[in-house]
Amino acid sequence: MHVTHLSLHDFRSYADTEVALGPGVTSFIGRNGQGKTNVVEAIDYIARLSSHRVSSDAPLVRFGAEQAVVRAAVVRDERTALLEIEINPGRSNRARINKSPLPKSREMLGMVRTVLFSPEDLALVKGDPSERRRFLDDLLVLRAPRYAGVRSDYDRVLRQRNSLLKTAGAARRSGSGGSRAEAALSTLGVWDTHLARTGAELLAARLALVEELKPLVGKAYEAVARGATRSDATMAYRPSFELPEPTEGPLPDRAVLAEALMAEVERRRSDELDRGVSLVGPHRDELHLMLGPLPVKGYASHGESWSFALALRLASYDLLRAGGDDPILILDDVFAELDTERRERLAEMVADAEQVLVTAAVPADVPAALAGARVLVADGQVTRAD
Amino acid sequence: MYEGVVQDLIDELGRLPGVGPKSAQRIAFHILQADPVDVRRLAEVLIVVKDKVKFCSVCGNVAEDELCRICRDQRRDPAVICVVEESKDVVAIERTREFRGRYHVLGGAISPIEGVGPDDLRIRELMTRLADGVVTEVILATDPNLEGEATATYLTRLLRPMGLRVTRLASGLPVGGDLEYADEVTLGRAFEGRRSVDD
Repeated sequence: MHVTHLSLHDFRSYADTEVALGPGVTSFIGRNGQGKTNVVEAIDYIARLSSHRVSSDAPLVRFGAEQAVVRAAVVRDERTALLEIEINPGRSNRARINKSPLPKSREMLGMVRTVLFSPEDLALVKGDPSERRRFLDDLLVLRAPRYAGVRSDYDRVLRQRNSLLKTAGAARRSGSGGSRAEAALSTLGVWDTHLARTGAELLAARLALVEELKPLVGKAYEAVARGATRSDATMAYRPSFELPEPTEGPLPDRAVLAEALMAEVERRRSDELDRGVSLVGPHRDELHLMLGPLPVKGYASHGESWSFALALRLASYDLLRAGGDDPILILDDVFAELDTERRERLAEMVADAEQVLVTAAVPADVPAALAGARVLVADGQVTRAD
Repeated sequence: MYEGVVQDLIDELGRLPGVGPKSAQRIAFHILQADPVDVRRLAEVLIVVKDKVKFCSVCGNVAEDELCRICRDQRRDPAVICVVEESKDVVAIERTREFRGRYHVLGGAISPIEGVGPDDLRIRELMTRLADGVVTEVILATDPNLEGEATATYLTRLLRPMGLRVTRLASGLPVGGDLEYADEVTLGRAFEGRRSVDD
C-alpha cells in the first residue's frame, strides 16, 4: 500500500498543508525543528491511532487550535481510499472512510499499516519491559485489529481489579474487616475470571507472535550487524508465572493458559491484597532480548543495541509483508544514528518496499540506494524539490 | 463568563450528563428567550418529578406509587424475572413486547473504580424476591460491557446454587445490519455464541 496524498489541518506545526506523495522512496529534507517528523507522524497516526512520540493526543493539535484533522488518500489493492481522522484531545476522535463516518474511530485500524523506525526505538532494547510489551501488542493490532479490543479490555479489567484490591487490602490491614471488605472480596473472584480470560487471550497471541518473530529477528540482525550470524540475536518471552505444558502443538492454548493464570492468581491472593496491585498476568511479562549468551540490556554496546532495535523493526516489516499488502515503511531520522556501513545495509534491505518515507536533516546522510523523490521542509512549508 | 444568575444557570445545566459548556450556554440562552409560561412549566415539572416519583418497592423501577405499573399488573408472569441495570433498560425491553415477566432494576453495575460494589446494588432485594420459590427463571440483561459482564458473572455465581434457571441475553450481530459493517469484537462474540440450526 502507499499514500498518494496527505493533507494536514492544525496538526502539530502545520496550519494547512497538502503533500503529494508517490510509491517508492520519498525523502523529507530540512533543518531540525522544521516539521519533517510531523509529516510522517501523521501517516503513522492514521495507521495506529496513536503517536510514537507522545502518549496523549494534545500535543498533536497545533497550539491554539481545538482539533487537528489528518486526511490521507491511500492506495491498497489497487484501489484508492480516502481516510480521515479528526483528533479531539480529551474527547473521542472521529474517523471517516471515503467521507462516510465510522461509529468508532478504532475501526480504522488495519486500513493502513506502517512500520516506523525512529531514534526512540533504542528504548525497545534499553528501556523498561513495558516498551517491549507495547512493541508486541502494537504488532498484534497491526496484524489483527481485533486485538485492539482485547488489549483495551484487559487494561480495563486491570484497572477495576487493582482498585478493588486496594480497597479490600486496606480494609484487611486496618483489621476492621466489616461488610465493605467482605463485599470487595466476594467480587474479587469475578474479576479474577475476567482477568484470566482476557489475559490468556493476550498471552496466547503474544506467545505465538514471538515464535514467528524469532527467526526473522535473527536473520535481520545478521543482515544489519557486521560479522554477525543468524543465531546471534535471540529472544524469549518470560511470563509472570510458570507456563503450563502445552497439551498439543508447541504452545499451550488459550483455555489451558486461562486455567493456569487463574490458579496462579489464587495462589498469590494474599500478596496481591498486601500490595494492592495485580501481580500476575501479561502486564507483568517480559520479552528477553539476547546477544549470544548475554542479555542485550546492560551488556550490549550502543552500536549493538541500535542494531538489535533495527532488527526488531525489520522483523516486524518482514512479518507484516508476509501477511499481505506491503506496509508503508517510515525511517524517521535513523540514518544520522548509524555508521556508513549499517546505513548502506539498511538501505539495501528496504529499497524495494512499495513506499518508503525518509526524514533527514542532512541530505548526505541518506544512502544512494534510497535516492528517490526529495521534499524540502522549511518553516512549516513543504515543497517538492523536483 | 457571564454575569451572576446567567452564569449560575449555565453552570447548573453543564452538570447534566451529555451537556458540555457550549451546549449549556445554548440551552441557557434558549431559556432566556423562551416564553415565560413554557419556562415555568419546565421548572414545575422538575420540582414535581423530584417530589412525586418514587422507586418501586419491589423491583426498583421508577414509579408514582408504592408499586410500579409492571409490578401492579396481575397478568405479568411472576415466575420469570429479568435483571437490568437501569430503569431505562426496562423501557427498552418493554418496547419489544416480547417479555411478559417481571423486572428487577439493580441501579447500576459493579465497578470498583467508581466505588460500586454488590452492596450498592439492589442485589439483596433480588435475593429476598427469590426466597419464596415462585420464580423459576432469572434472565440477566445487564449491559454487554466489561462492568455489565462482571455483574452478570457475580449474579450467576449467586443464583446457580439456588437451582434456578439462569440465562444471559445473547450478544451478537444487529438484525438488519450487514455482516461487513460489524466491528471485530461483536463479530467475534457472535462466532463464539453461534448455535446449530434446528429445523
